[in-house]
Amino acid sequence: MTSTRRDFLKVTALVGGGLTLGVSLPGMIVDAQAAGTLYTPNAWVHIADDNTVTLISARSEMGQGVYTSMPMLIAEELGVDIRKIKVEIAPVGEVYTNALLGGQLTGGSTSVRDGWEKLRVAGAQVRTMLVAAAAEKWQVSADQLHVSDGKVIGPGGRKATYGELADAASRLPVPKDVVLKDPKDFNIIGKPTKRLDTPRKVNGTAVFGIDVKLPGMVYASLEQCPVIGGKVTSVDASKAKAMPGVIDVVQIRDGVAVVADSYWHAKKAREALVVSWDEGPVAQISNASMMEGIRNAKDAPTPIKKTGDADAAMKSAAKTMQAEYWSPLLAHATMEPQNFTADYKDGKCLVIGPAQFQQGTQGNVAAAVGLKPADVTVKTTFLGGGFGRRLEYDFAVQAAEISKAVGKPVKLLWSREDDTTHDFYRPMAFHRMAGGLDAAGKPVALTFQLTSQSVTQRAFGLPKGTLDPFMAEAAVVGYNIPNMTQELIEHDSGLRVGYWRSVSHALNAFANESFIDEMAAAAGKDPYQFRLAMLDQQPRFANVLKIAATRAGWGKPLATGRSRGIALMEGYDTYMAQVAEISVKDNEITVHKVWVAADLGRMVNPDTVEAQIESSIAFGLSSVLGSEITLDKGRVQQTNFHDYPVIRMSQMPRIDVTLVKSTEKPGGIGEPATALVAPAVANALFAATGKRVRKLPLSPDNIKSA
Amino acid sequence: MTTSFNLNGKQITVQAEADTPLLWVIRDEIGLTGTKFGCGMALCGACTVQLDGAPIRSCQTPVSAAAGKKVATIESLSKDNSHPLQKAWIAHDVPQCGYCQSGQLMSAAALLRTNKNPSDADIENAMSGNICRCGTYNRIRAAIKSAAAEMRKA
Repeated sequence: MTSTRRDFLKVTALVGGGLTLGVSLPGMIVDAQAAGTLYTPNAWVHIADDNTVTLISARSEMGQGVYTSMPMLIAEELGVDIRKIKVEIAPVGEVYTNALLGGQLTGGSTSVRDGWEKLRVAGAQVRTMLVAAAAEKWQVSADQLHVSDGKVIGPGGRKATYGELADAASRLPVPKDVVLKDPKDFNIIGKPTKRLDTPRKVNGTAVFGIDVKLPGMVYASLEQCPVIGGKVTSVDASKAKAMPGVIDVVQIRDGVAVVADSYWHAKKAREALVVSWDEGPVAQISNASMMEGIRNAKDAPTPIKKTGDADAAMKSAAKTMQAEYWSPLLAHATMEPQNFTADYKDGKCLVIGPAQFQQGTQGNVAAAVGLKPADVTVKTTFLGGGFGRRLEYDFAVQAAEISKAVGKPVKLLWSREDDTTHDFYRPMAFHRMAGGLDAAGKPVALTFQLTSQSVTQRAFGLPKGTLDPFMAEAAVVGYNIPNMTQELIEHDSGLRVGYWRSVSHALNAFANESFIDEMAAAAGKDPYQFRLAMLDQQPRFANVLKIAATRAGWGKPLATGRSRGIALMEGYDTYMAQVAEISVKDNEITVHKVWVAADLGRMVNPDTVEAQIESSIAFGLSSVLGSEITLDKGRVQQTNFHDYPVIRMSQMPRIDVTLVKSTEKPGGIGEPATALVAPAVANALFAATGKRVRKLPLSPDNIKSA
Repeated sequence: MTTSFNLNGKQITVQAEADTPLLWVIRDEIGLTGTKFGCGMALCGACTVQLDGAPIRSCQTPVSAAAGKKVATIESLSKDNSHPLQKAWIAHDVPQCGYCQSGQLMSAAALLRTNKNPSDADIENAMSGNICRCGTYNRIRAAIKSAAAEMRKA
């Protein structure tokens, strides 16, 4: 997708340049004429003449609460009660582009950061238009009017509802300059607010992709090559076609689909297929060969940052040390297995389902079925988890191809086994770390080298040799160490890889924060004091570190068998420290409690912020305690939750969150806590056992062999 | 073949092969989609419904096992969110993506039928078969306790 690639590159420049984005211009979602009673003063607000106000979320709701936080930003300026509005997820449209990522996509903990200004401006525009319409109607000046709870209020208590004014307002020009509220006057933003999607998520009425139903819809189950990327060489579908309920068996690019009158019939008949495959190059890869290839990668290093002269400082250091860290392949394992529903008919294609990347879905579906993007309509349902998996669109393309082949609306649903074995995995990562201490035990040098695979090269065509910013996250520590180099080696191992919640933050924070702990131990210093001593120029880092340590009772005696570990990171413009308290028995870790201090600037919904921290820790902890994907002859060895374990309620630590009051610009919160839990627990494990485990997961096997 | 059972208080008869999992009968044939598919191996609990009041994984329960029995799905708790568990789930803002929550609620409802005052250990034991990838576990635990307290007062 050329446009996406171009957008990505543009965005990298934007992020680097720190450009803030201006107002989104009007774009009609609903034709006001055709709808009759529905007015869209701009792309974010619909007002019906029965006073129903609908606010648009351009971001997909995958648990992170955008269905509530995005409308809160609009509602603050629009002057409506957040409990009385409706929310819709946006269709595909240029106006809904995420300026931080260059496409209409949900990820990178960007939703609030992207929407912070533009959604408030959008709300203020519509408010200004409604006020102008009332001023004209009443023949008074606009500055005599104010808004409250969906009404414009004028002199003498005269009132008009937004519904009454919407028609006139929607005919006015969209104002260019609007004045936004002073944050001290916010009455929605920053106030803990109950999520708007909860009621339908406790009675079974929330519609996820798997729940979509179209008239005349049939069901598909797709047999894909056990080696990712393999192609069909021959199919014997005779047995499958004779099975109950089977409508058709069709071959598409990624495999052979059985189409039936129910999912179960399709799934059962799929087991009767006999397919031969050309397994392709991935069949040559196994875990050991992948690790060997990464360790010996000859690709040229790409510099991330250089401070002082680390080589010279290392030579003159009183004490030097080196260590290597490994992070394994990981699957996303969203609770809702991948699925999409498609209806290809009369040169148009409708696709409905759980998507994090609407434009990518539209463009790639169009290319696959031979249509123009404009002829593909994408509708987004609730997502049963995203975590980066649904930034991909393989399942949507497959559904569209199957629908085109059978000439019917089709719901394609993957099994859990399909999902675990055909993911876009978090890439394996290898870190070489080195450090130097002076005679007083003060750090004088630190070097960091990551070898891993670029997701961005595959997903957005980033040219090789160009620094992939999504590999360099949290690579540069905030500590005042005079001589440092950070660099990365982008090495393609041949298996497709994907963005996984917190992306490279998780890889890099594990190596950096484990190694800083190793340096503290080598210096004979307390890990908290060692870190704090290097943060005199970094007030936000120092503050969260102190808060987490104080809340956790750092330095105070622990119960027998308990130990603590600490870790610190900046990611997504959020500063965060964590302290984990654990115990270890027979090489098995129990994480009892995690203290989190976070400074993420201004918050939209503090309730959601706290929920996202809890969620991120749970997600990260699964990968710390046991999740791991391995390959043998190109086949993923794990298939379901029995061999790809994720944490259950009994493994969930208690979590204590402190949120710093701040007037800084908003930071992202959907991901950073995921990245920090690994080093916090690894450091606690070292405190408990004296063992430095440098290979994730911190499973009994890896602890034993460390 | 036909199978008859009571679903959410109504007697119904369905057409499905005897080995068809109850989950797919409920979702695809009857059209009640609140019950979710997660793993197909009774490992994650997303498909939890109650069979004569006991929590079962409907993805691994053949429809024939429901013959003549009472099946209760998420849709039976209440449509207006008036069940104490639904109220507690809302009060604690439990769901995130929400996909696993039907199963979580049906496991919790089964627990509270037999245990009016569950301890943390009781809750963890009863809920250990239900995975939540969003990590809402602490809120689920707290919400079950709130709901139990309300039900004891009633």
